[in-house]
Amino acid sequence: MNGITSSTLPWYTSRATGVVALVLLTVVMVLGMLVNRQGRLPGLPRFAVTNLHRNLSLMAVVFIVIHVVTAVLDGFVSIPLISGVIPFTSGYEGFWLGLGAISFDLMLALIATSLIRGRLSRRVWKAVHWLAYASWPIAFAHSIGASSDLQSGLLLALAVGCAVALAAALAWRLVSMAREVPRAERVSAMLAAASGRAGKNRSLPSPDRNRSQPGPGPGDPRKPTAVS
Amino acid sequence: MSAPQGQVPGPGFGPDGLPRLLPPSVNVPEGLRDHLARHGFVPYRNARRQLIGDLEAAGLTGRGGAAFPVYRKMAAVAEAGGHPFMVGNGAESEPASNKDMSLLWLAPHLVLDGLQLAAEAVGATEAALYVHEVEAGPLGELLRRALSERWSARIDRVLVRLASAPPRFLAGQETAMVNLLNGGLALPTYAAPRVFARGVGGAPTLVQNVETLAHIALVARFGPRWFRQVGTAAEPGSMLCTIHHADGSARIVEAAIGTPLPELIGADLGPHGLDGGTRAVLIGGYHGTWVPAVRAAELTLDNAAMAASGGILGAGVIAALPANRCGLAEAARVVRYLALESAGQCGPCLNGLPRIAEGLSTLSGPRPSPEVRADVERWAGLVTGRGACSHPDGSARFVRSALAVFSAELRHHEQGLCSAASQRPFLPLPAEVAVRDEDWS
Amino acid sequence: MPSSYQASSYQASSHRAGPAKQLQVNPIECEGHGACAELLPEMISLDEWGYPLLDPRPVPPALERQARRAVSGCPVLALRLTRLSS
Repeated sequence: MNGITSSTLPWYTSRATGVVALVLLTVVMVLGMLVNRQGRLPGLPRFAVTNLHRNLSLMAVVFIVIHVVTAVLDGFVSIPLISGVIPFTSGYEGFWLGLGAISFDLMLALIATSLIRGRLSRRVWKAVHWLAYASWPIAFAHSIGASSDLQSGLLLALAVGCAVALAAALAWRLVSMAREVPRAERVSAMLAAASGRAGKNRSLPSPDRNRSQPGPGPGDPRKPTAVS
Repeated sequence: MSAPQGQVPGPGFGPDGLPRLLPPSVNVPEGLRDHLARHGFVPYRNARRQLIGDLEAAGLTGRGGAAFPVYRKMAAVAEAGGHPFMVGNGAESEPASNKDMSLLWLAPHLVLDGLQLAAEAVGATEAALYVHEVEAGPLGELLRRALSERWSARIDRVLVRLASAPPRFLAGQETAMVNLLNGGLALPTYAAPRVFARGVGGAPTLVQNVETLAHIALVARFGPRWFRQVGTAAEPGSMLCTIHHADGSARIVEAAIGTPLPELIGADLGPHGLDGGTRAVLIGGYHGTWVPAVRAAELTLDNAAMAASGGILGAGVIAALPANRCGLAEAARVVRYLALESAGQCGPCLNGLPRIAEGLSTLSGPRPSPEVRADVERWAGLVTGRGACSHPDGSARFVRSALAVFSAELRHHEQGLCSAASQRPFLPLPAEVAVRDEDWS
Repeated sequence: MPSSYQASSYQASSHRAGPAKQLQVNPIECEGHGACAELLPEMISLDEWGYPLLDPRPVPPALERQARRAVSGCPVLALRLTRLSS
């Protein structure tokens, strides 16, 4: 392998930061999917899952910025700086770098909306945050296609590992979503659980079949009485 | 409670000036012609806010259960500007209460007069009348006909939409109602701005119970002095009550506030009461409190008297539980219903009410273990004040008073005995349970 | 390591004693994650079902910074630090 010289440093840095960014993004996604009641990493306090998720996403942005800048600085191929955010504007590997730009744009949207989360409606923030499920696969495709690094050897294993980890977290998340009790059924489920806990099968006295007529109503008006 | 010197003329065909709201044709809905003959046309002021001053002088408070001063609510909406929205709340979701439905059936035009007058006072440009399940059925037809008659005769100035409330206990809750009118489900909201500032369609919204609207319609005609001729100084006027007697009969009564309870349920409380006497009296509905029969005999029909014993008057439900029933069993049935009617949105309510319901069910059975009562008390404390609405608070109040008033019965149960002779359910409860989101729309 | 997002619009100015603040939770949004109780145990504990029990008293100035961290640490932003109305 060629040594890292001052002229090849930017290129190697770009490749290295790209790999790190992919790993970070995978961890961010997995942590994001764990943020619910059941999702606790052993040994980590609850608040740490949220904090890590946020901090690592910021770190990933930093790495991606370095990743893009060093790729531009490297003079071997011509990549305009703007192609980091505007897709398909690079002459070199236009398509694959374009994917990277798209993914990065989505990430910036996610982070920007999270920073002003207090001012946004919950629905808007959530809708934008769902774009993460688009951002990661696009980033992954970019990683595989933009250079041959991840297509063989240890780095391929790493890429596969990231994909597997994400798929596992996603499967777990989908299963717990499917198992979630819809709001309208929650109380009945809770009552059934409480009866079960009480350890008896005795049902409560059943409520009346018909609503009793306690006074005048349409169809059965009774005489209202003035009170002296 | 006696009329001051120089009685001001007004409706009320009894010697004490009652009833005021309910029409002389006691079983039959009062049609538009009869209403106009009795009351005349709607006394529009042709000026916004004038009525609010009269309502302040009259001291009218809301008759939906919260007893909030009417003039203050109206002033808040009037001051909010914009194009206010007016809602008449007839969603009487309390199963033991039937006074709003009866009023709408018997004197709809009095309610609708009040709706127009309140709308005028706050400058509302749109209005709705919100009643349970009026897409079909006799009440819905009657109200639709009444509204169309008034509109054709140009009696109404603001067009009133008849809106149907789902058969849920929380459907009449203010934020839930606004949610539904805005196209959503009848579920309470939390962080939303107050309804008088932003409600239906984002407009400042005035919500008044239908009985309150009927009183407004009379105050507008006969003035605050007339209104204060019955009732107490602090709580003037009359109110509609739903009285459940110990023999199982029930009636709607319009009574002056401050009336001693024996005048309403004396036959039940007496030594030779109906069906063997009364065990205890439930006052204020299923978010209200139980009162031992002896204590009830000393109470008067006003919030001040009720507050002194930690109770509320609510929407005027008074139920005399016969001595041959088990108070704990009745309470358990009610709390199971209250639990099932939880919106299920807030953790403490969702977790606490079903556990409390199951606990009460255990206590109403033989030989409950000693920690069950302590658990129920603890859970009642845990749900209070920790939800988006007052459903858990009211339910906890009902539960705690049941445990206090029926503590002697609980001691019987701990010995495996029950002093009740009849297992027949007494308090009315609906059978439908909400299972899907559609049940809340 | 960059600090957590300022998820709310408040400025972290602990050197200024501002108006009294109170902890409030939106009970509908709250899902019982429990991060708040970990971040501000002096004023927040969890009930037997995992939902927060908030100390109703004003947040002392010494704890205000931690309180803001607890607010921003909530994954669903259910916890709020509100100005106490006089």
